[in-house]
Amino acid sequence: MHPDDRAPARAARRRDRTPLPVVLAACTVLLLITMTAGVGIGSVALSPGAVWQVIAGHLSGHAENTVAGTIVWQIRLPRVLLAAVVGAALTTAGTVVQVMVRNALADPFLLGVSSGASVGATAVLLLGAFASLGVWAISVGSVLGAVVAMAAVFLVSRRGRQLAPTQLILCGVVLSAMFESVTSYLIFRGNPQATQSVLFWLMGSFGLASWNQLPIPAIALAAVMIYRLGQGRALNALAMGAEPAASLGVDVARLRRNLFFATSLLAGVAVAVSGVIGFVGLVVPHIVRLMVGSDHRRVLPVGVVFGAWFMVVGDLLARTIVAPQEMPIGVITAFIGAPTLIVLIRRRPYAYGTTS
Amino acid sequence: MSLRLDGVSVDLAGRRIVSGINLTVGDGQFVGLLGPNGSGKSTILKAIYRVHRPSAGRVLVDGADLLALKPKDAAQRVAVVAQEPVSEFDFTVREIVMIGRIPHQQAFSRDTEDDHAIVDGAMERTGCGHLAHRSFNTLSGGEKQLALIARALAQGADHLVLDEPTNHLDISHQVAILELVAGLGVSVLAALHDLSLAALFCGAVHVLAGGQIVAGGPPSAVITPATIRAAYGADVLVIEHPDTGTPHLIPRRIQPKTP
Repeated sequence: MHPDDRAPARAARRRDRTPLPVVLAACTVLLLITMTAGVGIGSVALSPGAVWQVIAGHLSGHAENTVAGTIVWQIRLPRVLLAAVVGAALTTAGTVVQVMVRNALADPFLLGVSSGASVGATAVLLLGAFASLGVWAISVGSVLGAVVAMAAVFLVSRRGRQLAPTQLILCGVVLSAMFESVTSYLIFRGNPQATQSVLFWLMGSFGLASWNQLPIPAIALAAVMIYRLGQGRALNALAMGAEPAASLGVDVARLRRNLFFATSLLAGVAVAVSGVIGFVGLVVPHIVRLMVGSDHRRVLPVGVVFGAWFMVVGDLLARTIVAPQEMPIGVITAFIGAPTLIVLIRRRPYAYGTTS
Repeated sequence: MSLRLDGVSVDLAGRRIVSGINLTVGDGQFVGLLGPNGSGKSTILKAIYRVHRPSAGRVLVDGADLLALKPKDAAQRVAVVAQEPVSEFDFTVREIVMIGRIPHQQAFSRDTEDDHAIVDGAMERTGCGHLAHRSFNTLSGGEKQLALIARALAQGADHLVLDEPTNHLDISHQVAILELVAGLGVSVLAALHDLSLAALFCGAVHVLAGGQIVAGGPPSAVITPATIRAAYGADVLVIEHPDTGTPHLIPRRIQPKTP
């Protein structure tokens, strides 16, 4: 093609999809506004100006010791940030697992991570496992549970060098059911008061968020995102099917393995800090695909910002709707997520029974 | 530009599916792979595009062992149009064709102007430029096939492997697709069901039965009632195509029609 002919072609391409930076910028602005609201709204209402004043003060090292300052910096900001990170992590994990098994209804907990983590956390809460670790006991317990479940699903669903999607789905579902029965047994045997805290944990919450909970999920998210963004093209190829991907020079077996571990890591870390928050990893990737198309070089970055936004909104609703009480966020996300998904399923011709 | 299978055998789940396959696709040649359902056509093609690993023999591209090449290098030499399963994901035609550029791109690089120009060119050559912004899932069978051929072209390979590219297409699209493929100037190996169409377009055909090649050569020599009976177990009449003189099949009923 002659160079002069490229300008109109470029213009035509621009019409194709809204440019990524524009979408990202819009979502980021939305996220920042919502996070400001998330920090400002509560039993003590704070203006956006007051919120940012405290944040600016801490960032510049001139923090004043005020009530507003404590509320913003010690309580609400870490909570909002943790919600954002977990929302981003679950969305990323969901996006990838859907491509990995080529099934639009897959979610990050399909791989057994959440049910394994639940066993670990329940054991901590009811049996006092890892009591010497103090506040970290639940996190350690759930991560251990997640790792065990993940390893079990990986080993059982492996056929030769391949992780076959159908095997993965079936083994994930079956082993999840098994781990859930262990959790149920522990709850059945446990004392009623402790059971209350288990049920609360199982439905997810950011109520215990603190600054020292943030680094691990944030680092995991950042590491996986950088790796994933590099794999955006390979994910597109894999979305076409395993065989077309192989013919395009993608090492499918290796890619699936890497995606499996990266996804399990993200979901496991998210569950460890916030419990089992359903539907986010299932629904948000679909909403993002409706907004920006299926090219994963667009879906992944937009999903991070949009998933963060979705979770911050969910957490805001969870702690304000029945204030001064707090609802488990899993209730909110399922309540918003389930109807959204039904609308999506009815709107779009989903295909089932794909073989590769 | 040549593609050569040298004694290729493939085992799947401990069972030999195809054995001792020898065939060559010369520079710019259009070679057809014929044979009844389950005779191993797809298996042979999958051994070429690295889904199956041959348990014996070698696949040579321009004299180089395909399995010894890096996956990306192999993908730059051999492009594939397979029977595509339905995609759950909603890509536009242009995005599908851009996926063909993957073997030429680095992990974090952006699509270059060259990539865009090649993709536009590939869509123009296959006549699907007007579909660029349509969702792939909404296309007709023929349009999908055009988009997938455009993707293979964007891959920039000199060898094209097609698995029943005219499946489910009407007669006009069948001819149009094969005419397009034949005019690309690349070496083509295609598994085909329609023997008369194969005869019309292929310079050479190989007939598979039970995982082995039972006949090979120019269509006029291979597509005979005897070969068809041996490979397919079907009774046919073969006449000469009035335009080209190539063999043309006329099927016969198993039960003679009673008047």
